[in-house]
Amino acid sequence: MEKFISHTGSALPLKRSNVDTDQIIPAVYLKRVTRSGFEDGLFAAWRSDPEFVLNKPEYSKASILVAGADFGTGSSREHAVWALQNYGFKVVISSRFADIFRGNSLKAGLLTVILGQSDVEALWSAIEEEPSLEIKVDLDTRLVSYKNQAISFDLDDYTRWRLMEGLDDIGLTLRKIDEVENFEEKRAKYKPKTLPVLS
Amino acid sequence: MAKTLAEKVWDDHLVRSASGEPDLLYIDLHLIHEVTSPQAFDGLRLANRAVRRPDLTIATEDHNVPTLNIDKPIADPVSRLQVDTLRKNCQEFGIRLHSLGDVEQGIVHVVGPQLGLTQPGMTIVCGDSHTSTHGAFGALAFGIGTSEVEHVLATQTLPLTRPKTMAINVEGSLKPGVTSKDIILAIIAKIGTGGGQGYILEYRGSAIRALSMEARMTICNMSIEAGARAGLIAPDETTFAYLKDRPHAPKGEDWEKALSYWRELKSDSDAKFDKEITLDADQLSPFVTWGTNPGQGIALDGVIPSPQDFTDPEEVSAAERALVYMDLKAGTPMKKIKIDTVFLGSCTNGRIEDLRAAAEIIKGKKVASDIRMMVVPGSARVRLQAEAEGLDKLFLEAGAEWRSAGCSMCLGMNPDQLAPGERSASTSNRNFEGRQGKGGRTHLVSPLVAAATAIRGTLSSPADL
Repeated sequence: MEKFISHTGSALPLKRSNVDTDQIIPAVYLKRVTRSGFEDGLFAAWRSDPEFVLNKPEYSKASILVAGADFGTGSSREHAVWALQNYGFKVVISSRFADIFRGNSLKAGLLTVILGQSDVEALWSAIEEEPSLEIKVDLDTRLVSYKNQAISFDLDDYTRWRLMEGLDDIGLTLRKIDEVENFEEKRAKYKPKTLPVLS
Repeated sequence: MAKTLAEKVWDDHLVRSASGEPDLLYIDLHLIHEVTSPQAFDGLRLANRAVRRPDLTIATEDHNVPTLNIDKPIADPVSRLQVDTLRKNCQEFGIRLHSLGDVEQGIVHVVGPQLGLTQPGMTIVCGDSHTSTHGAFGALAFGIGTSEVEHVLATQTLPLTRPKTMAINVEGSLKPGVTSKDIILAIIAKIGTGGGQGYILEYRGSAIRALSMEARMTICNMSIEAGARAGLIAPDETTFAYLKDRPHAPKGEDWEKALSYWRELKSDSDAKFDKEITLDADQLSPFVTWGTNPGQGIALDGVIPSPQDFTDPEEVSAAERALVYMDLKAGTPMKKIKIDTVFLGSCTNGRIEDLRAAAEIIKGKKVASDIRMMVVPGSARVRLQAEAEGLDKLFLEAGAEWRSAGCSMCLGMNPDQLAPGERSASTSNRNFEGRQGKGGRTHLVSPLVAAATAIRGTLSSPADL
């Protein structure tokens, strides 16, 4: 995974709450067997409206999405994270994220940042006033900064370290595989197995 | 120290717990389907890794599969490639797969319980958010993303941060015509789609204990619609009776050992939940959704709310948008809403009891002439059981379509979809914009309301017949 230390870019205001993963990428776009190419499906239904914010030329270079509360509810599809990344987003900011989406994003290296709703709204106003506004999201200092503002955000130390080092979880767990083996020795023998097939 | 049920199951699966890092949890059962697994298998191949425990892993084909002409190759080449990819991956990595046409094929969350693979006190994951279904057995079960699917394949564990716990007490008894679907829709309307974020829900109380296993699965299934990754119910005699003699349930001495462990699986009487809410089952009536998220629900006897009825500005604007998308006017009685398609099925309500309940209403009646009703069993076994009981004939004689097993119209990923502007009464779990097909409009309902609606053509309960 690519290291994430800091990102500076312009942002796009998505002023809707409860943006579910079926809106981020409808099911019909989930049929690929690769991790790339999902940008076509990003907000597919809404993109047919020329007024939709993603279609506005002033936001065409945006790499930070600033969304309403409860972003990423619904399905566990990690394709929602890939669609955002494939399209070019590096960061999503919202006041609340759905649990599975948040977990997926931090595994895949898309930084999700939680700010208070009033900070999100202030950011929306600032972006609408100046669409090319530079926003810096810094993981080292855990600050979102623009103009003369600097807003701190929480992210647990472990996840922050993993993102900044670009480490993947599997590699980290495999370092402790002897502990997994020890656990397996002690597992109850009556626990079900899928093999052999019983009927 | 007193513990909740969720905390007991969590602690029993700790491979490692150290400060400054997430807990590492052992996973007892990993369910797989074609949509969220291909990139995970690719990841294993790239890193030259094996599947650690194929014997704790099982796959079925459900999201993409057609529910008609299942003996023919899948017509959509992209869907076919995804299903073929699963078949190749399962063969390469030695994973048990139930393919289309196999008697054990079906929706992954219907198949696990019916095989007896879902048991109390287990940790169960799947790359599908409705994995919460298995919580009905007192298992800790939750949906995961593809990166996590790969992690479980490689290590049979997951690093996770311990969630908070919420007790949802449902006391009293349900009136006739009110089902577990109405309970969960009412809960989601009460706490909202974000109300369960960061929590494991435990459904408790006399109304929950009175439910069958299948009705409990319907409730746990929709925990994710309240924002909770997992929801569970303490196992009891109903659970043990359901499990006994299932193919993969423990046998003989093992059964006794398992049973003595399962009986300990309940929240201690002095355990502290981080949050508690209460619902009065006696006050509940059939519940349906009017909007575009599962929290936008109301009693079927009610009228469509006005955006001004809400105080939170986010909810006001969400309601405004929902009414436009749904093409509905505030103040209209729910029962005046004209429906085009009735869908009975899904991992929420595609089990044999759901089909029996709907068939009982449909029996001897006709589906309204301008309604399309699709009945889609949750698994091939459910279909066979229904046919053995003659339920297929009751549906067919009423004018409904009788299909083969799969996710079908719950999500627009296979041939079963709504057309733009088409309106459904659906026993599934999500009424998101376009969920059942681009431009489609969904009202979530119970199987009883689905059946009554099919007959009358407008949203209805059996009492209206």
